Amino acid sequence: MNGSSTEPTGQALALALAPPSWEDLVTSALLGTDRRPPAAAVPGREAPVALLDAAAVVTLRRRAGLRPAAAARRPVPAPEDTRPALPAAAARRLALLLADRSGGGGGGRRGSSPDLMELLPQWLAAANAHGYAAPPQALPALLDAARGRTDLRPAALEFAGPRALWLARLNSDWRFALRSAPGGGAALPDSEDGEAVQRLWQEGLFAERVALLSALRAHTPAPARELLTATWATERAEDRLMFLDALRTGLSAEDEPFLEQALGDRSRNVRATAAELLSALPGSALAARMAVRATACVAVDRTGDSPTIVVEAPPECDRGMERDGVVARPPAGRGERSWWLGQLVEAAPLGTWPGRLGGRTPEQIVALPVADGWQGELHAAWCRAAVRQRDAAWSRALLGVPSAPEAGGPGAVSLAERAKLLAALQDGERAEWVAGFIATHGLSEAFQLLGVCGIPWAAPLGRAVVDALDIARDAGSYPWSFSGVMGLAERCLDPAEAARLDGLLAIPDEREDASPGAGGYWAEAFQRLVSTLRLRAAMATELSETSPSGAGTQPPEAAD
Amino acid sequence: MTEQGVRWTAEQVLALAPDAASRKAGSKLGTAGPWSESGSGEGTVWGLCKGSGSRPYQTVVDLADAAGPAYKCSCPSRKFPCKHALGLLLLWAEGDGAVPAVAEPPEWAEQWLSGRRKRTESKRAEGGGSSAPGSADPEAARRRAERRAERVTAGTTELEQRLADLLRGGLASAEQEGYGLWDETAARMVDAQAPGLASRVRELGAIPASGPGWPARLLEECALLHLLDQGWLRRDRLPDALAATVRSRLGLPAAADGPPVRDRWLVLAQYDTVDPKLTTRRIWLHGAESGHTRLLLSYGAAGRAPELSLPVGLALEAELSVFPGAGQVRAALGEQHAPPAPAALRPPGVTTAQAAARYGDALREDPWLDSVPVTLDRVIPTPDSEPGAWQLADAEADSALPLTPSARSRPGLWRLVALSGGAPVKVFGECGHRGFTPLTAWPEGPGAPVTLC
Repeated sequence: MNGSSTEPTGQALALALAPPSWEDLVTSALLGTDRRPPAAAVPGREAPVALLDAAAVVTLRRRAGLRPAAAARRPVPAPEDTRPALPAAAARRLALLLADRSGGGGGGRRGSSPDLMELLPQWLAAANAHGYAAPPQALPALLDAARGRTDLRPAALEFAGPRALWLARLNSDWRFALRSAPGGGAALPDSEDGEAVQRLWQEGLFAERVALLSALRAHTPAPARELLTATWATERAEDRLMFLDALRTGLSAEDEPFLEQALGDRSRNVRATAAELLSALPGSALAARMAVRATACVAVDRTGDSPTIVVEAPPECDRGMERDGVVARPPAGRGERSWWLGQLVEAAPLGTWPGRLGGRTPEQIVALPVADGWQGELHAAWCRAAVRQRDAAWSRALLGVPSAPEAGGPGAVSLAERAKLLAALQDGERAEWVAGFIATHGLSEAFQLLGVCGIPWAAPLGRAVVDALDIARDAGSYPWSFSGVMGLAERCLDPAEAARLDGLLAIPDEREDASPGAGGYWAEAFQRLVSTLRLRAAMATELSETSPSGAGTQPPEAAD
Repeated sequence: MTEQGVRWTAEQVLALAPDAASRKAGSKLGTAGPWSESGSGEGTVWGLCKGSGSRPYQTVVDLADAAGPAYKCSCPSRKFPCKHALGLLLLWAEGDGAVPAVAEPPEWAEQWLSGRRKRTESKRAEGGGSSAPGSADPEAARRRAERRAERVTAGTTELEQRLADLLRGGLASAEQEGYGLWDETAARMVDAQAPGLASRVRELGAIPASGPGWPARLLEECALLHLLDQGWLRRDRLPDALAATVRSRLGLPAAADGPPVRDRWLVLAQYDTVDPKLTTRRIWLHGAESGHTRLLLSYGAAGRAPELSLPVGLALEAELSVFPGAGQVRAALGEQHAPPAPAALRPPGVTTAQAAARYGDALREDPWLDSVPVTLDRVIPTPDSEPGAWQLADAEADSALPLTPSARSRPGLWRLVALSGGAPVKVFGECGHRGFTPLTAWPEGPGAPVTLC
């Protein structure tokens, strides 16, 4: 507020004297009345007391005369959020989840109550699926949460909506929101608006152009490719690589001529990416060339007692192979011929093998013995091909039976590769396979495989995990050896399973061979699991409540 | 009244927590998992909470008392309420059947409840005759009051002398002396049984470190302290109401003896100020009929939340009696006719110019007033020209009230800005010579109040 501007000139006042100026009083007070007596002395009153008298009058006069200041330039209003409001109960839940943010995770033992912060990603995904708008007053906490956890940002910012970007422009703590939003927070032009698209493509910053290309590619792949083709020759090598990568979305046979041309690119990385994309198109000319090369190396030998696969690795890496993306120099410690073979088999369409290997199914092919120790190399390459071509039949064959003693996969298939193979299967089949794996091999190797299963877990998978946890408890170990799987189970188990877990909540009698106190800790861990499942069920119900518009609010009465 | 009608909201429950750690721990227990045999009825909630031990904790909360909720829990926590009580109330607030309405509390809960209610009854009965011990010996009471007045007079006289010495030597020397000088003076005022003077003196100690312009601020506060001393020393020549204000500013005890005003009181804001020894809770109320704004104060010793908790957005049908003093807004909660329930009321608001004028007017009756409660209508939170500073600008006029420096650094500021989104909002807060402190805001359209403090 402004002090009344008439201060020093003074007005007629209840004091007998004209009031001294405030500055004068402050100077006297600061230096002391002994050194600098106030201008107006009052007879019969000591100088310091007279100073305090006068200061009290002036202070009150100043305070009573305060007026509002001039208004500064008001902010441009935030764009409207047209999504429906969150149901009241869900809004309260969000506030609780966000309030838990501050302390979570800190070293201490996890008790029996749910980890609320861990449920936030799930909650956000569900709220976004319903298409609700965030309550405006929750935006600051939401932005703070997203600031601390980059993995939360995409979902948090989608939920936060346009007002969060408006807010982020006013507070430098939330700059990240502007950076994370496509085009630095500026809206991308409508894909129908050809002129605006052209302008942004021609004049935009690199990040804006990548965002534009990715956005266009998601909906209209062909015009997006044409946009890139037009300026391809003038782009820098590292930009070309990023743009090419954006074509992964919506890849189709129509892209082949362009990609084929990119095989002749100056940059080796661009060539390699183009080749990789082409090999993912089983009908492409590159795939056909690779099929010819690969099938020349692999055959069935029927001369022995039983049919056997024999491998003759390529003798050289010619220019044609190099143009098609084969890297000629192996990494240190690998023989160059096996290195070339791996690349050829990986890039060849899997559909060519049954024809080449006597009309066998993928299962039969995988079951064939391989001569001269080539099995590891060959099967690993088929795994990479199955992942790249997202081929369910081959993935199934290479994964094998989950209960096989050899941990469910032939030869050199690592856990990571198995997880990738699983991704090519349908949700139900994938859950079934992992359930079978856990039933045989327990939980110690299962974490990575569980990570690729759909949420919530299908019933057989959920049951397998719970049974395995129960077995682990009976084996007498401590629950924190399984904290990773426990945490996953809290987030992924179907909430409907909660009722089946009640039997696990009791503290069992301690057995002699069990770790001391383990029973109590297990009961606590299962309790946390159950209460988290209940909480997730409640969260889902709250979000699907159909609520009138303006939920969580009451209409104002005519009180004002 | 339906069971649903009196269920609290989660915010209401969390406002009971004595500190942030309890709030967090309580929220975690606010799920069905650890609870069993829980139930609620007739203003009480109970349940068994499974802890780390073999025996579950027995938790009971009595919400029926007008003086605020009472808690009982068999856990060893010294927090009050403990996390179990908070968790139980949160669960109950969800109203999703996790805490069913049950006719009869179990025996362990019933024992405590009936014991407590009996004690309250007897206390109330005593309270009816509480004037008895006092009036039994009016002579003794008068002598006590006289002795205290003498000590206060001695204290104010000493303070006057110290202020005069300070100004004779200059405030610059006060800067060098630091807090020591003020702490010692404050202790003398405690001895003189004038706690109001003591706390004002202690606050003076912080001013020299408060940044540019401190000499002017220190002189202002010294002058007002001097005015208070003078008011006491000449209280026989002051109008009764002003004399009462002087007594209350000095911290002398007074009874809320104003006529009880029955109204539907809407809770506008509730916030705590914490110092190491004492938590002070301020609750602002707005009377739907009377239009009065009233302040309730509630205190809690270190580590305990003040007993009274009235979450924002509720309205209660109750009687309030103001304390003596000119322009006094502080009141005591009398009889409560209906428990607090959510209400869609909003207080009427004024413009920024009217708000500033209201503070000026209020100073006429209480010159020591730092701020007055005001509701602003249709204001837009606006960044000020100075970096980091904000103001509330009238949507229609070209005037604005700056936010106080302390309000700028609170997270509530950003909730206010987010709620507004550049559009006008209604804001309740405290308006004074340091600026405006927003406490609660309402969106322009329909919507529940948003707390900012």
